Amino acid sequence: MSERSSEKLVHMANQIGTFFASQGAEQAPAAIADHLRKFWDPRMRAGILAHLEAGGADLDPLVRQAVERLRTMTAAR
Amino acid sequence: MSLIHEIDHGTPRSKSETMVTLTIDGETMTVPKGTSIMRAASEMGTAIPKLCATDMVEAFGSCRLCLVEIEGRAGTPASCTTPVMPGMVVKTQTDRLKRLRKGVMELYISDHPLDCLTCAANGDCELQDMAGAVGLRDVRYGHEGHNHPNPGLDESNPYFTYDPSKCIVCSRCVRACEEVQGTFALTIAGRGFDSVVSPGMEESFLGSECVSCGACVQACPTATLTEKMVIEIGQPEHSVITTCAYCGVGCTFKAEMRGNEVVRMVPWKDGKANRGHSCVKGRFAWGYASHKERILNPMIRESIDQPWREVSWEEAIAHTASEFKRIQAKYGRLSIGGITSSRCTNEETFLVQKLIRGGFGNNNVDTCARVCHSPTGYGLSQTYGTSAGTQDFDSVEQSDVILLIGANPTDAHPVFGSRMKKRLREGAKLIVLDPRRIDLVRMPHVEASYHLPLRPGTNVAVLTALAHVIVTEGLADEAFVRERCDWDEFQDWASFVADPRHSPEAIAELCGVPAEDIRAAARLYATGGNGAIYYGLGVTEHSQGSTTVMAIANLAMATGNIGRPGVGVNPLRGQNNVQGACDMGSFPHEFSGYRHVSGDDTRQLFESLWGVALDSEPGLRIPNMLDAAVDGIFKGLYVQGEDILQSDPDTRHVAAGLAAMECVVVQDLFLNETANYAHVFLPGSTFLEKDGTFTNAERRIQRVRKVMPSKSGKADWEITLDIAQAMGFDMHYAHPSEIMDEIAALTPSFSGVSYAKLDAEGSVQWPCNEKAPLGTPVMHIDGFVRGKGRFMVTEYVATDERTGPRFPLLLTTGRILSQYNVGAQTRRTENVVWHGEDRLEIHPHDAEQRGIQAGQWVKLASRSGETSLRALITERVAPGVVYTTFHHPGTQANVVTTDFSDWATNCPEYKVTAVQVMPSNGPTAWQEDYDEQARQSRRIAPHVEAAE
Repeated sequence: MSERSSEKLVHMANQIGTFFASQGAEQAPAAIADHLRKFWDPRMRAGILAHLEAGGADLDPLVRQAVERLRTMTAAR
Repeated sequence: MSLIHEIDHGTPRSKSETMVTLTIDGETMTVPKGTSIMRAASEMGTAIPKLCATDMVEAFGSCRLCLVEIEGRAGTPASCTTPVMPGMVVKTQTDRLKRLRKGVMELYISDHPLDCLTCAANGDCELQDMAGAVGLRDVRYGHEGHNHPNPGLDESNPYFTYDPSKCIVCSRCVRACEEVQGTFALTIAGRGFDSVVSPGMEESFLGSECVSCGACVQACPTATLTEKMVIEIGQPEHSVITTCAYCGVGCTFKAEMRGNEVVRMVPWKDGKANRGHSCVKGRFAWGYASHKERILNPMIRESIDQPWREVSWEEAIAHTASEFKRIQAKYGRLSIGGITSSRCTNEETFLVQKLIRGGFGNNNVDTCARVCHSPTGYGLSQTYGTSAGTQDFDSVEQSDVILLIGANPTDAHPVFGSRMKKRLREGAKLIVLDPRRIDLVRMPHVEASYHLPLRPGTNVAVLTALAHVIVTEGLADEAFVRERCDWDEFQDWASFVADPRHSPEAIAELCGVPAEDIRAAARLYATGGNGAIYYGLGVTEHSQGSTTVMAIANLAMATGNIGRPGVGVNPLRGQNNVQGACDMGSFPHEFSGYRHVSGDDTRQLFESLWGVALDSEPGLRIPNMLDAAVDGIFKGLYVQGEDILQSDPDTRHVAAGLAAMECVVVQDLFLNETANYAHVFLPGSTFLEKDGTFTNAERRIQRVRKVMPSKSGKADWEITLDIAQAMGFDMHYAHPSEIMDEIAALTPSFSGVSYAKLDAEGSVQWPCNEKAPLGTPVMHIDGFVRGKGRFMVTEYVATDERTGPRFPLLLTTGRILSQYNVGAQTRRTENVVWHGEDRLEIHPHDAEQRGIQAGQWVKLASRSGETSLRALITERVAPGVVYTTFHHPGTQANVVTTDFSDWATNCPEYKVTAVQVMPSNGPTAWQEDYDEQARQSRRIAPHVEAAE
């Protein structure tokens, strides 16, 4: 995945985060992760997970938690 | 087959529920109160002679032909203007009436050219019919018609002529323009024998404000207003009821034919979406079907720099299947995908997604709703539980307050726009939220109570401020909310919107709308009676498109404006079958009926019927496909009836994505812009050449009926079928009705739909199932589809697209009445006389600052790209905002739009692009290069006969 694609995924994920942030720090990560799970194709999810593994630069805190949660969900499948 | 003759009852149907019984010619008849004697007689089978009456407009009483006698009343009143009364005894035929009618007809005929044998209306002339009906055998006044000189034909309109010498001054055209269309373009100029129909201030039809809807032509009883095709071809001999292939209104028409040639399209009075009305596109702009640029043979080429080579269907299909299989073998199962068309039928759309899910083995399917109403699907499913509008179009007749947000129905949904205008003329109030001063803000006999010209990108802030007023001023319908919605979620939402930071005063500067106007608009919507929200792409095509849809849904729930006629949340869908394309499972994450692909039960249902294993993971959306192509992992695309290069944002990125693919298959009528990057071209069929169904913006499923053979030899569904079979995915259907049967078997909201039912009922609105066998005009009557209505907190987040010194203006894009989407169809009709090129609307202040003159070429630049077009200086746009359309590939407006998109659905943010505008000398170098590339790409190699 190119750097541009990675930046784009981070931007998209953070955008999702801005909507769910209003649900509060407890619920938002799960809601964001659920959105990613339902609407992003596996390669996009793999891309954002790879970005997290590489340090997760520029991911907003709630989104970072969501991607971490997504990693757990993916590992459990 | 024969010509379908609709009965003209002379006056409109009364909606009264009180019934009145009277006697007509000795027969007892019971009709609703308010019915005219003429209509009552007609409904019992007696056609009283008439000329100025037609049931599309109110009675006028001018021709004096429809006289009747009423027991106990003096004189001979006109039956069209006389309402029935209980116990009334009417005679429609007496010696006195016969004498009077004959005398009236004598006067008409004495002043009418008697060139009947060569007249275009011969065989379809009500004057001729009435002369016959009253037994006219002689005209005592002569036939010279000296008193009615012929001032000459007006042939300025490309589709119809106006011949004043044949006018009987019945005013049907004038009244149709006023009452049906609501444009008020026509009047009767002059007096007595000098009376003549006049467009505008005695202008030509083309030069006047006439919108060419055809209502006047339809209303004309003589050859005064006649379709040019009727003049050219003659009268039709049979007709077929079908559905228009333009916008989401879904007008039904009688395709009136002579052999396989369309003579004219006449709006069908029984059409439940259009109720007998039409617009310039559906009524007249179907000539593209036989345009010389239409491609009728399949073509292939090895690379996009080569000319096309015409091949047989067999070779084209085999090549397509072979290429897709090769790519999957080399790059993997997920390396190909497809795009379904919102211009094709439900059945065709269903087959494309079936091919992709079952034949390609992945969920990489998407549709053009991605770039228009995907946020509607997401937003309404989250709040109400279903991805569609809540009402039928008839509902507007009971609305008291119409809140119109980011939609311009008089241009984009003109027939519904006319119905809305009619209701507004009856007294309903209008609130317009739009950066532009659209026509509905102020036009003849319509004026919005409030126009909130909000700054592009601030929808959520303004809608939340409206909610703030409703909650803090105690205007919410608490009883409705307690009964129908989740009360806890409402309270969370109410405290959120009540925060002073959401007050109109707090956001006035941000959105550019005076706080008092926001407050007044909120009060009107919440307290003005039935409040209905209609919205368009000005809502969805934003980075917060889905949030805006949810904010709209919140408003309707908070005020109890949901679940009955006259209210609701109504997305005005752009293309003819965009609702259907979404319903049919065109999105990568869901099957037909909006069920997620990860649902095991649903997936197993499809797997069992289709006989293949299906992927449980969501696939790529269109922008994701293009990103993946640029990344080198997505290599093949099947595009049915879409032109993503012109319609999708950030043209350079789209081009880069397409260029990176190894096999792009375009199935279309013309070599569109996307086809510049295609390797296979499969010629599609127009809506006139195939059977199927479209679903309009009110969830109405209507039949599309084949009126002529396919010019390319295959309907689009047959092409998809062939590709599937060539790829080894076995599909068999003999007729689209069998595809609909499969859709019904797999989709709960369609389970009661069949061609037999559609033929019997005319149309049905989904859900159509056991609970609602005849469909569902209004949704959420007793409860929301999801159970309790769900309030969503809608925090305003500014778009990342910001103005600044380099790009100080905001560009918003849209469409215009005479053109449709990328213009592939309408640009190939006479509609180009109204809109031959895209223009940039710019406010006089901004134009003056930049030294821009009207009509001058200007360069429009953003961080994505630049293009040039001519300027149109107008106060329709606010200072700081510019606007253009995207109908012409020569402009390629989307080279300027960015890749920012809605957070939930990736719907592009077409409505907010930071731009600069400056004078220019003509097209940019990019436009010239593009034009040359397109020209090269459309070369077709000469056909070489094989040697013996």
